[in-house]
Amino acid sequence: MIAGLSSELKKKIAEVVARYPKKEAAILPVLHLIQRETGAIGADEERWVAGLLEIRPIKVREVVTFYTMYHQKPVGRFHIQVCSNLPCSLMGGEKVIDHLQRRLGIKIGETTPDQRFTLSEVECLGACEQAPCMMINFDYYGDLTPEKIDGLLKGLD
Amino acid sequence: MACSKAWTRHVDEKILTEHFGLANLYEIEAYLERGGYRAVTKALQEMTPDGIMDEVKKAGLRGRGGAGFPAGMKWSFVPKTSDKPKYLCVNADEGEPGTFKDRYILTHNPHLLIEGIIIASFSVGIHAAYVYIRGEYEAVAQRLEQALAQAAQKGYLGKSILETGFDLDVFVHRGAGAYICGEETALLESLEGKRGHPRLKPPFPATVGLFQCPTVINNVETLANIPAIIQKGAPWFLDKGLAKDGGTRIFGVSGPVVRPGIYELPVGTSLREIIYTHAGGLKPGKKLKAVIPGGMSAPILKADEIDIKMDFDSLAGVGSMLGSAAVIVIDEATPILDVLKKVAKFYAHESCGQCTPCRIGTSWIHKIIKRMSAGHGEKGDVDELVRLASNIKGKTLCPMGDAASLPVLSLAQKFKNELESCLKDGSG
Ligand SMILES: Cc1cc2nc3c(=O)[nH]c(=O)nc-3n(C[C@H](O)[C@H](O)[C@H](O)COP(=O)(O)O)c2cc1C
Repeated sequence: MIAGLSSELKKKIAEVVARYPKKEAAILPVLHLIQRETGAIGADEERWVAGLLEIRPIKVREVVTFYTMYHQKPVGRFHIQVCSNLPCSLMGGEKVIDHLQRRLGIKIGETTPDQRFTLSEVECLGACEQAPCMMINFDYYGDLTPEKIDGLLKGLD
Repeated sequence: MACSKAWTRHVDEKILTEHFGLANLYEIEAYLERGGYRAVTKALQEMTPDGIMDEVKKAGLRGRGGAGFPAGMKWSFVPKTSDKPKYLCVNADEGEPGTFKDRYILTHNPHLLIEGIIIASFSVGIHAAYVYIRGEYEAVAQRLEQALAQAAQKGYLGKSILETGFDLDVFVHRGAGAYICGEETALLESLEGKRGHPRLKPPFPATVGLFQCPTVINNVETLANIPAIIQKGAPWFLDKGLAKDGGTRIFGVSGPVVRPGIYELPVGTSLREIIYTHAGGLKPGKKLKAVIPGGMSAPILKADEIDIKMDFDSLAGVGSMLGSAAVIVIDEATPILDVLKKVAKFYAHESCGQCTPCRIGTSWIHKIIKRMSAGHGEKGDVDELVRLASNIKGKTLCPMGDAASLPVLSLAQKFKNELESCLKDGSG
């Protein structure tokens, strides 16, 4: 995968690295950029990033496993992250989670066999005024109801 | 991301949300038309760095990130002369459950924050600032990047700003999903490219911070108040709030109220007024049971404790805290055990694992509560929760230990009877 990084992405990565007095500091943004293109940070990506930032691969592994937004294995094409924290659950968040599990036929933490959907439970997303809320990839959706979710899922291609 | 719920009525004069009605305020042209960047011009051309710091001190501006430390005093701890560069880190991690105010500032009024960053940096002698923004706020980060590019293009950032010889670069740095990185020293570690493990203090970041250099860390809302202090003066700002706690707060109200959303109101507005006048009270048919007044880490208040001023000292006085001013409203139909379960799950998940009392204590607490929730709670479980939570408090490197402990203690103590009625041989 890593050999195929686009030259545009490599340019972007170089720009980001230049923002910091120490290369290592660029690891979070660099991993974000790479994951966007490769879908996950596997062992190849770890080694590549370690080489780029002149650190040991274990340092990259530490970061990848500490932060919840990095995936060691690819998620489905639509990654649904639903909030299960207090403000959302006060507004019916549990029902939303149950409905998503039933509709997608998978449990929290699973991916549909066709690799279309991954369902994750997350902590507060910082959109509590729109509780219950979730993200589909990087888009936020709030004031969720089972009907609204059905409409949203239908609209995805 | 949609930010539709900025209910800004009822409030006379606002500092941060004044022009939120304007759909394109995030564009520099619209911002300039509303008098934007005048504070920067005044600060850089008419004031001295020390003069700015004095004004901010006199304004009684206390940190909006949670701890309420006086901003001007924090700046003054940074050594005046240093052979190392100095840094500003803007805390836009916004991870405290219930909190969503900084997202509104960043989305609607990013130039206000940028002005605050420029003025703070000029005052402290900083030439590089990093905005650490939570990873999920990708769209928000893009908006900020765009605003920064516009500001640079107009000569408000970069080399010799307004031809004063003062240089400043500002970078956006996205986190990647870790609550602990909102804690200021974990933020520094994360920004340096490591896991977010808080540092031992002292040394404090003001002397040994980012890349071992003197560093100021301020919350988004704290910095967004600076332009108004510069333009209208410390007395004006102080007068908006209370004697030792000036200005306004953006209260974020969530839970089953009629109008959840953000409300910018004077520091010291009563909690009852926020819930019933501004947020419209509880939804029809719902009755108030309790309120978490300052984000999940703040000890809970019962329904009869809401006639209280919302400022740091008043809330500390009743054993709670104002924190991030995130008001989570809980209704009668919600079992306290459910609230406790959410609290316990959150801290068990987010403990960074560095300090044993927090790592083991939070997951032990969570296990007991899951057991209670499944109907297998045993006599003495509530006391055991109190014992465990008390053994985390004050025994960790960073204040996350207290944040995990205090809400559990307050829930277990204030709702002891209800919780004990869930136990196997409980009376209920
Ligand atoms: C566990 C934990 C999480 C925190 N999260 C945040 C956060 O998301 N945003 C924030 O501004 N401050 C957060 N803080 C507070 C910061 O440590 C720090 O006090 C603040 O950024 C200082 O800025 P201020 O003085 O302008 O408030 C957190 C503190 C702790 C202990």
